[in-house]
Amino acid sequence: MAALISTYAVADRPLKTHPSIGETVSQTLTMARRAYIKMMRNPEQFFDVTLQPLLFTAMFAYIFGGAISGDVKAYLPTVITGILAQTALTASMARGTQLREDMDKGVFDRFKALPIARIAPLAGPAVADLLRYGIAATLTIAVGLAMGYRPGGGVAGVLAGWALTIFAGWSLSWIFTWLGTIMKSAGGVQGIGMMIMFPLTFLSPAFVPKDTMPGWLQAFVEINPVTLVINATRDLMNAGDVTMSVVWAIVGCSAIVAIFAPLSVWTYSKKL
Amino acid sequence: MTTSSELAVSASGLVKTFGDFTAVDGIDLEIRRGEVFGVLGPNGAGKTTTLKMLATLLTIDAGKAEIFGVDVRTQPHQVRQLVGVTGQYASVDENLTATENLVLFGRLLGMSGKAARAASEELLESFGLQEAAKRQISKFSGGMRRRLDLAASLLSRPPLIFLDEPTTGLDPRTRGQMWDTIRTLVAGGSTVLLTTQYLDEADQLADRIAVIDRGVKVAEGTSEQLKTSVGSSTLHLRLSDRTQVSAAAAVVEKVTGEHPVLTPESGGINVPLADADRAADVLIGLRHADISITTANVQQPTLDEVFLALTGHGTESAEDTHEPEHTDFRTQEVA
Repeated sequence: MAALISTYAVADRPLKTHPSIGETVSQTLTMARRAYIKMMRNPEQFFDVTLQPLLFTAMFAYIFGGAISGDVKAYLPTVITGILAQTALTASMARGTQLREDMDKGVFDRFKALPIARIAPLAGPAVADLLRYGIAATLTIAVGLAMGYRPGGGVAGVLAGWALTIFAGWSLSWIFTWLGTIMKSAGGVQGIGMMIMFPLTFLSPAFVPKDTMPGWLQAFVEINPVTLVINATRDLMNAGDVTMSVVWAIVGCSAIVAIFAPLSVWTYSKKL
Repeated sequence: MTTSSELAVSASGLVKTFGDFTAVDGIDLEIRRGEVFGVLGPNGAGKTTTLKMLATLLTIDAGKAEIFGVDVRTQPHQVRQLVGVTGQYASVDENLTATENLVLFGRLLGMSGKAARAASEELLESFGLQEAAKRQISKFSGGMRRRLDLAASLLSRPPLIFLDEPTTGLDPRTRGQMWDTIRTLVAGGSTVLLTTQYLDEADQLADRIAVIDRGVKVAEGTSEQLKTSVGSSTLHLRLSDRTQVSAAAAVVEKVTGEHPVLTPESGGINVPLADADRAADVLIGLRHADISITTANVQQPTLDEVFLALTGHGTESAEDTHEPEHTDFRTQEVA
């Protein structure tokens, strides 16, 4: 025992001034693995990405289908892509509440005391969450196909839309990560998250055509990042075209990460 | 970069405020390499806050701190490579098993998966936790959590270890085990900064002790020095005839000039002595007055008495006591 818990002489130890990129990536993946193990031990964490796509897809298609597109089948290209964006958003919202709960636990004290990149404890779980977005997107598309959705973009278009949904979920999760670092309680994150989620989802062409809305509202709909994602997935899945919408969606999502990832790390480090 | 300071910890004028409340109000600490330094104080005295500032877990509002010569405020990443922290509340992941926890921390510290698993196995064995290796921490007892927490702090073999109230809330047997572990650690040459609200813990483990109360250091020294600094030993007397207590008290007061503490029911007299030699004078005085005694012994003060004398209140939570004559006590330089 004595040999094991002896310590190195201080002079033997070259001190690093900051974590390298390689170390940051490896620490992030280690944190992702932790989040993955926890996820597998708490299967209820998958409720929102399994039940919700199943329920919402069927529900929205049958409720709005006739009113908006004449019949359910004609509405599917609209509603499936809309639900994809909606599930990406709701699934990413859980990131904030989970981070807040996690940060209140003792283990975060150790993460803070370890010589690791400050972004790793935040980015790791976001990487593990890719699995959740993947499940949500897959199920939504599967339900759509079962209901008679025949995407014009073919397999490649659908796969591209699927990948874009996952990327969008990951990007949007940084907004909620940031909320998790600034809010005092998981309940608070949940409340604010809802207030963000509903306008972003419904003030978009997710379920109804933009043209039916008043002009001032259309102005917001235009700049809503969720609109960008929906337009892009529609172009990819329904037409199979890589349009400027796709470019704008990727630019928009990247901008969200570029703003909220550094902000999150900053507030997280300040919280020390 | 290597470090060269002779001191493991050097802090001066540390201040931490939370809103209107000053948790730490100008604390100086110097901890030599290889020593166990105890920070002793009641709940809310500022022990944990001080330790968290030194461990880069809280920002330092004013003052300066260096760990092995590395500035804590400007070079936190370097400091984190030198310090292992074991928190007051076990800082391990509840949902993971013991092995998963240690492998996680090992990987974060840059070990390969294989090295992390080997180190984890070795540590679990050293800490008598190998049977619990595959169990989730939420099923661990308090003592097991603390030991796992300490094991996790040792993965990087840090030259300086912070132990924040390592035995608070543990039963006496587990507490003894924890002490043994800490002693082994010290035998291995680590420098340890320990906070505790238990006087016997500081007495047992620490080479030097700083007494902290309400964010201020009120004394510092070895436990012997602290006990001596309070001045007096105490002469405990028991009379053969209880009715002579007040007569005896008069004699004692004449000889020493001090008021003895009386327990008339049992015929006991406790006499504070500035100097243990004065005990003989008291005994001679009693003999001349024809007062006979059954027992007499001279005792050094306990750390409890030291604490009371230094802070003006006992070791109970600081918030629970009414305003004592606290301002009368300036830092007493003992060392």
